[in-house]
Amino acid sequence: MRNRLLLGFVLSSVTLLTAAAEKSKKPSNDAALQAKLFQKKLTNDQQVLHALDRLTFGPRPGDVESVKRMGVKKWVELQLNPERIRENPDLDAKLEPLESLRMTPLEAVQHYPSPQMILAIAQGRQPMPDDPVLRASIERIMHRFKFQQKIEKKNSGSQTGGPAFDPNAELEPAKRLNEVLTPDELLIMKGGSPEQKRVLFEHMTPERMDETLIALPRPQRQQLVPIVPTAARRTIMLLNAPQQVVAFDLLDAKLLRAIESNRQLAEVMDDFWFNHFNIFYDKASDRFSIPDYERQAIRPYVLGRFRDLLEATAKSPAMLFYLDNFQSVRPDIDAHDKSRKVKRGLNENYGRELMELHTLGVNGGYTQKDVTEVARCFTGWTLFEPRRGGGFFYNDRLHDNGEKIVLGQVIPAGGGMDDGEKVLDILATHPSTAHFISKELAQRFVADNPPDSLVEKMAATFLKSDGDIRQVMETMLTSREFWSQGAYQAKVKNPFEMVVSSVRALGANVSDAFALANQVDHLGEPLYRKLEPTGYSNLNSDWVNSAALLARMNFALQLAENHMPGVKVDPSRFGDQPVAAAKTLLGRTASPQTQNGIQKALSEQKQKTPGLVAGLVIGSPDFQRR
Amino acid sequence: MPSRRAFLKGSAFAIFGVGSMPEWLSRSVYASELGGRRKKILVAIFQRGAVDGLNMVIPFAEPRYYELRPSIGIPKPDGTPQTAIDLDGFFGLHPSLAPLKPLYDSRHLAIVDAVGSPDPTRSHFDAQDYMESGTPGLKATTDGWMNRALPKANGPVSPVRAVSLGANLARTIRGRNDAVAINNLSDFKIADPHGASGFESMYESTLDTMLHGTGRETFDAIKLMQSIQKQSYTPANGAKYPGGGFGNSLQQIARLIKADVGLEVAFADIGGWDTHVNEVTAQPSTGQLANNLSQFGQSLAAFYQDLGDRMADVAVVTMSEFGRTARENGDRGTDHGHANVMFVMGGDVRGGKVYGEWPGLAEEQLYEGRDLTLTTDFRDVLGELVAKHIGNPNLKAVFPGYQDLKFRGLLG
Repeated sequence: MRNRLLLGFVLSSVTLLTAAAEKSKKPSNDAALQAKLFQKKLTNDQQVLHALDRLTFGPRPGDVESVKRMGVKKWVELQLNPERIRENPDLDAKLEPLESLRMTPLEAVQHYPSPQMILAIAQGRQPMPDDPVLRASIERIMHRFKFQQKIEKKNSGSQTGGPAFDPNAELEPAKRLNEVLTPDELLIMKGGSPEQKRVLFEHMTPERMDETLIALPRPQRQQLVPIVPTAARRTIMLLNAPQQVVAFDLLDAKLLRAIESNRQLAEVMDDFWFNHFNIFYDKASDRFSIPDYERQAIRPYVLGRFRDLLEATAKSPAMLFYLDNFQSVRPDIDAHDKSRKVKRGLNENYGRELMELHTLGVNGGYTQKDVTEVARCFTGWTLFEPRRGGGFFYNDRLHDNGEKIVLGQVIPAGGGMDDGEKVLDILATHPSTAHFISKELAQRFVADNPPDSLVEKMAATFLKSDGDIRQVMETMLTSREFWSQGAYQAKVKNPFEMVVSSVRALGANVSDAFALANQVDHLGEPLYRKLEPTGYSNLNSDWVNSAALLARMNFALQLAENHMPGVKVDPSRFGDQPVAAAKTLLGRTASPQTQNGIQKALSEQKQKTPGLVAGLVIGSPDFQRR
Repeated sequence: MPSRRAFLKGSAFAIFGVGSMPEWLSRSVYASELGGRRKKILVAIFQRGAVDGLNMVIPFAEPRYYELRPSIGIPKPDGTPQTAIDLDGFFGLHPSLAPLKPLYDSRHLAIVDAVGSPDPTRSHFDAQDYMESGTPGLKATTDGWMNRALPKANGPVSPVRAVSLGANLARTIRGRNDAVAINNLSDFKIADPHGASGFESMYESTLDTMLHGTGRETFDAIKLMQSIQKQSYTPANGAKYPGGGFGNSLQQIARLIKADVGLEVAFADIGGWDTHVNEVTAQPSTGQLANNLSQFGQSLAAFYQDLGDRMADVAVVTMSEFGRTARENGDRGTDHGHANVMFVMGGDVRGGKVYGEWPGLAEEQLYEGRDLTLTTDFRDVLGELVAKHIGNPNLKAVFPGYQDLKFRGLLG
């Protein structure tokens, strides 16, 4: 009893202090106390929960028990070696229809045409594809384009950037709706409930589904998007807005993997590294190259060598496009070309962000001159047909072959493509990089203000192991600071973690993740859509504000009460007993304040609302932390 | 009848509980200060990504401008749509900002040129941080200038005194005074009534300091929103906000202002200004800059129109973390620069003029040989608004470390 009281005291002071440190104006006392807490051990039970909270996207029912059985140390070791873990076959089945994820940028461009692409086909610069659904969508849009062109010929005048689509123009479908569907089915399509429509689509063969969707008018098709199963939704996207299919696939996959993968740490690391090497989906061609980017440049290296990861991102079409390096050329390239009114030149965007965000960090010791010199080194690192999904190639004609000096090191003239490689070598082995990466990892996995002692240990491992991420993680995961009261429950979940951990805690079954992805957006973290190369914040304070908190509470109730489309929760599973329900969902005893809040809600209930207790736990202050 | 004191934030809502706040309370208590003077409202807009000020407000009378920008320069004004809109014979507006010309002509829009932060950083992240904190060069500042600008309250403090539009609480508005992030006024509530009181109790009493603070602000704001949510909103005077997030943010702010719920400072941002490539494509009215400026100009003009007479109490100021290179780059774009442009719009603004000291664009006049030189510190502009519009004279506390703050005569 005494130990529990002591524990309760320690726990609440930890949360108080950790949170207070954010708003604290008198650092000295708190800092000393904080330092002590990072040396103070966790109990065995706390270790189990802490391991799950930090190395996964949150415990599912039964996870605490199985980690206990295996032993924390062994379990951590396993997660650090994901190739030893057998993947969840259900997950693989769910990922199967999301075919854009398996495509190269070129394949994605061919399958999911952008408006510019459709223009090219209409103008005969590109052939019409064979796939019937794709063909129908292109033909339909082309028809509109011709329609629009007729109008424009009438009003000779202002030029626009591309074909504007007249929403009223429709192409005649090959088969009308009443030729595809039976009378009963027609009735459902015209006036049935969303659930009835969903069931109808679930029972159709792919061919009939295609014909039905082609026969529907565009607005009616659009209304079906939140209702229909994944395969149907993808078809609708193909018909209505082809270039958005990739976005849907990316979001679906990211949510599904985080929720259902057995290789949880690998998924957490994927999220971490993608964010570190952020790409913004809505920058033109990036939408076709992000699946390739994540699949080829990030995922294979998440626990591998940093230098490999760095090089893979540097050569990836997505990065070359996002940070403009594909257009960066030697400044004198057009000096003697009188026919060119617009002279091409150096573009420093990638050079700067490579140092500021990817490696050294903004205080890592580089200057503006270094930025320019690095940009010169990377001239010639470009793309074949950047807007049509082309791949990386090095073009020496564009390269600035003069001598450069980067961070005090001379890169001799005539180095060609090697200049860029040398820069990557310099940056990947720089002490500032070791420190910057280690600190970022510690902020994600330990606490917003990780102890210097830990960061230094990790940085030392980084340098000694030549940037071996797994070894750096091992240093962190065997440190006293990680398994300490200072780290325990110190992090607030970001929106993605909040949504995923809720679904996992409830043991929910996800058939498609579309609605969940929208929730992550609503909570403040639109996935793949962070515009700035800085990526999303790893810090608590950036996620805790009224709009976000309100969204979390609303989400919690909606999810637990089984009102989230595409997700099945059994609301009665956790029962009506606040204490027991909370313990199961949180993996630990809920705070008295949360328990009282739940009791209050129950006492005011006129009739039972299934899932209310679970919803209140998921939306509670306790559940916001990990 | 309970005394006015009893309705201080916190205790008032405990008496009435969730969902039963009387309408008269939300309006009259916050609408005016003691003495009846209606509160002034300051709205700060951040153009994230470093907008190209030289193409937003074109120094068309500078021949050097056209030498430096042979393909993306905006042509001299000649009355046709694809040219700059003449302001004063030297400067012109980008044609996509046409909706703002009437505001300039009626003297409610002032422009400041060659203005910005003196810090040399060209990192978006750092520069935004410095501008939002109001302390260029200092990383240790944890709050924002707008939060420090709020004067000491005399009377009940509205839970929506300081509002940031969007799903994230902007740096500018964070600090000691409570500030709320709001996405949409009509959705600002717990949708399921069964959960409302349970959550409220938890967040009111939790020992988790960070979540407790935000929780309390959230529930106080929810109660206030209930009175606003009862009526749907139609913009006045035929104002039409364009589609998109920025137009929506300004509309929400207008709604809050008209609801008289004690709003004093509001913040919204608009991104997409980082035009390294295709800033200007085939014509001035095409390309990324034109698209953004269209949305920007239309939204501000709609806001002005929507507020009508209330604009007398409101001032809007726009800013961006730094400007862009004077010279175009090889990609029909520009790279990170230095000095930029700010707009100040409102009832007490002495508009119809371009303020600042134009430094010129000759090679030797450019900052580091590449950017527009700074001649006005952004804190001069903000400081004048804080002192004269909001009425907080304590500028040393709002902009610590800034010694030579100088008013530029923007407000009458």
